[in-house]
Parts: sequence; C-alpha cells; structure tokens
Amino acid sequence: MTQQAEPLRSGWRPPLARRTWNSGVWAHFAWAALLPGLILLGWQLYTAYGEVNPILLPSPAAIAEALGTLTASGELAVQLGVSLGRAALGTLYGCAAALALGTLVGLSRLAAKLLDPSMQLLRLTPSLAIAPLIILWFGFGETSKIVIIATGAFFPLYLATIQSLRGVDGRLTEVARVLQFGRAQQLSRLLLPGAMPGLLSGLRLAMAYGWLSLVVAELLGAQAGIGYLMSHAQTNGHPAIIFVGVLVFAVMGKLIDLLVATVEKRVLRWRDSYAG
Amino acid sequence: MSAALLEIENLNKSFRTDSKSVQALRGIELDVREGEFVTVIGPSGCGKSTLLRIIAGLERGETGTVKLSGEPIRGPGIDKGFIFQEPRLFPWLTVEKNIAADLSLRKPEVRSKVDELIRLVKLEGFAKAYPRELSGGMAQRVAIARALLRKPKILLLDEPFGALDAFTRAHMQEVLLDIWKHNGTTMILVTHDIDEAVFLGSRIMILKPRPGEIRGQIAVELSYPRKKASTAFQEYRYRVLREFERIDELAWGESGAGI
Repeated sequence: MTQQAEPLRSGWRPPLARRTWNSGVWAHFAWAALLPGLILLGWQLYTAYGEVNPILLPSPAAIAEALGTLTASGELAVQLGVSLGRAALGTLYGCAAALALGTLVGLSRLAAKLLDPSMQLLRLTPSLAIAPLIILWFGFGETSKIVIIATGAFFPLYLATIQSLRGVDGRLTEVARVLQFGRAQQLSRLLLPGAMPGLLSGLRLAMAYGWLSLVVAELLGAQAGIGYLMSHAQTNGHPAIIFVGVLVFAVMGKLIDLLVATVEKRVLRWRDSYAG
Repeated sequence: MSAALLEIENLNKSFRTDSKSVQALRGIELDVREGEFVTVIGPSGCGKSTLLRIIAGLERGETGTVKLSGEPIRGPGIDKGFIFQEPRLFPWLTVEKNIAADLSLRKPEVRSKVDELIRLVKLEGFAKAYPRELSGGMAQRVAIARALLRKPKILLLDEPFGALDAFTRAHMQEVLLDIWKHNGTTMILVTHDIDEAVFLGSRIMILKPRPGEIRGQIAVELSYPRKKASTAFQEYRYRVLREFERIDELAWGESGAGI
C-alpha cells in the first residue's frame, strides 16, 4: 500500500469496476423469456384442445413447422436477404442525407432559418400518408421502397444531429478558441466527438425507423422480401407464414438494435455516466 | 529591469444587463515583466476574472490598451495560455491526447514534449487514462501541461485551484511553483485565497470590487519555497488583510453600506 502514501496519487480513483457479465446476461435472458414462454405454452394448449379455427390462429407448432420448411427450402434466407438489402440501402441514404442536412442546419444559423421550419413540417407528416405519393412518383419498383425507408430513417437522425451539434459544451468550445484549433481539428477533435453520444442514439432510432418503414414499403406491394412473403401468404391462406414474417421482423429489429447499442458502448467508452 | 511583457493602460469595461450598466473594471493600470509571478486577489465580483479574460483575448475592454510584447491583443491564442477554474479537458481524449489536443502525437517532437510535460506535472503512468479516471487536481495538471506545450508567453490562471480541497490545493501550488522555476513562464494567477496569493506571488495586486479597481500592490520579498507558518509569511498576510479592511472602511464611508 505504499502507493497510497504517495502524495500524487492520493486523489486518484481506480477505473470503474467492470460488471460481471456472463451470469448477469443469462439471468436477464431467463427473466425476459419467462412471460413469452408461458404465453407460448398457453397458446399451444389452447389451439390443441380448444375450439379454434387454425386459419385464424395457427398453433405455435404449426408456425415452427412453417419456419422449418421455409428455412430448409432456402426461401426465408432469400427473402430476408432482399429485405435486409433494401433496409440497409434505404437507411444508408436516409442517414447520409440526415447527417449532411443536420450538420448544415446545426452549424449555420442561415441554414437553420431557411431549412428547418420546412423540415419540421415534413417531419410531422405521417409516413403512411406520404407513401402513396412516393409510389405515385417513383412507381412500384425498388426506388419507391428505398425512398420510403430513407424518409423513415432520415428524421430521427436529422433531429439528433442538429441537437447534438448545438449541445456541444460551450466551455470546451472556448478551450478550442484559446488553443487556436483549425477548422478541421474543430470538427474532428471537438464537434464530432462532442456530438457523438447524441449522434449514436439518433442512429439507433434511425435504424429502428428504417426497419419499420421497410414493413410499410413491402406491404404496399413488393415482388420479394419478407413483406411480400407475408402478403402472398395472406392471399393464399397460409396464416402460419404470416406469423413467421412477424417473428422475423421482430427478431431482426431487435438484432439490429443490439448491434447499434454494442457499437454505442464501444465508441462511448470515455463516458462516465454511460450505463447502456 | 527588462521591458514589460504585458502592458495595460487605463482599461475600462462594463457589462449591460437589461437596462442597467455595471462597470466591472475602472482605470486598470498594470505592467508585468517577463518571468514575473503576479497574483491578483479580490473578493468575488471584483472583476478579476474579467481582467484575466481580457488579457487572454476572450473578451474585449471598452477603452484603454492591453499589449503583449508591444502588440495589442486581438483575440485568444496559444501565446496566452489560459487555465480555467475547471480543467475543461476533452472527456473523449486520453491524458496524452488532451495535452496534444490539436497536435498529432505521431510527430516525434510533439511526442517527446508531451512526455516531458507529463513528467513535469507528475502524471507518469496516467498518459493513457481518460479524464473521468482522474482526480480534480490531476485533471488540472493536465490542463496546465496542455497550455505549456504551446510555450505561451504568459500563463493566465483563473482561480485554478478553487475547486480543490485544501491539501490538494497546497500540493498544486507547489507543482505550479516548480513549473515556474523550471520554465520561467510569466504567470498571472487570480484568486480569492490570501494564503495562495502570498505563497505564489512575487507581486500581489489588490482589487477592490464595484467597480473593479487596483487599490494597491505588495511586492513579496520572500525567497521560495515559502513557509506558510513562518512569521514573515504571516506578516504579508496581515498586510493584504489590512488593505482589504482599508477598502471596506472606504466603502462604508462612501456609500454607508458594506458588502
């Protein structure tokens, strides 16, 4: 304990202790799975012994069987690939536009006065209301779907970009003035990292909204993708496949969110208060 | 005697709040020679921070001139190092990157200077730590190293140890004196702590509030390192206190109300 006696280190605090991961994660998972598990069990019993039309409510076993068949035939992978590709492309365009416009509005007062009011008006228009217009302009092809997804992903990140750039600590901006930061350093050492927490939570929202918009886009008419699989099953009377689609949308949505959350944790390691 | 590094002549500054105008500084005259350690002491609200911010170029005086090496000050810059009351480190950068700030550690000359400064401010072993892992005193030492890397002509310190506990503060004062002896950097330190002003300053400027005016200066003719418990030290303390009592009596006499 000689280090304690050293005057220099008297005020030093050790880094925050790392959480014990494994047991925590499994316990968390067990608790989270408890309720869905019970519902699933009740559902299976109800469909097996109750009087219920399997066209309206297929049993979990039937859904699992449909999932198995679709997976084995490779159909699910193909449709999922199409959906993921679409979502990725649309979200990418939406996020790129959001970062560019958000940076402009966040850093320039003129741009804020000129652009932001119109953006706010567009933001409050429901995407389902614009979707028919987009289809009218871009047709039923791939373009309209990408545009619908991009619009969905755009606004959360646009707003987050503006707010987080404006929220950069003014006291640090003063330090940058005293140290005579150049333009490039101001962006890379002050504004970007200062805005990063807000940008990442904006990105997380943007990806969630992009994924939600994918459902809208595909259910409005598509020749491929999970949404297509679902509407096709609807017209051909395969309710189990619709459930498989819902399941895939939910699980993929959660996985995407988990991915961004993991990146967030990595990038924001420097933050004291960050707790997931 | 060498020519003054910093020359302030008849500096005035007032702030407008709503409809009122409050004079913060009036007729400030101050010359600081190269290598001096000037402490400015006064109660809160006496305009001492404003004075320092004007020297730093972060604010502008209304009338009067402020010159550094004969050149009027036009804005903030690395020749005028500034230590704020809070360390103001970039929380996303490690200690060494905070010191380098806009400079690249990949340049060998930056690398070696940063390493040297980390030793000077006694932070060996913490180069890769993040600010959240540092105590207040350590963080303030990083801020000092960050300013020193730019080889400022003058280092301005705005109540730099005000937020620290008494023991850490005493330690930081010693670190600062070491740096001053080692580098010879000209320093102006603003404080409301009489002990600190006497312990550090080769000259103490006494500022009275409302409006901020220099009401006297005391040259401290004690060799460093100074002993706070010594009689000579205590005598300087009394002289500073007596100045403030005189100011208080004047204030009572002028307006009939003290602070």
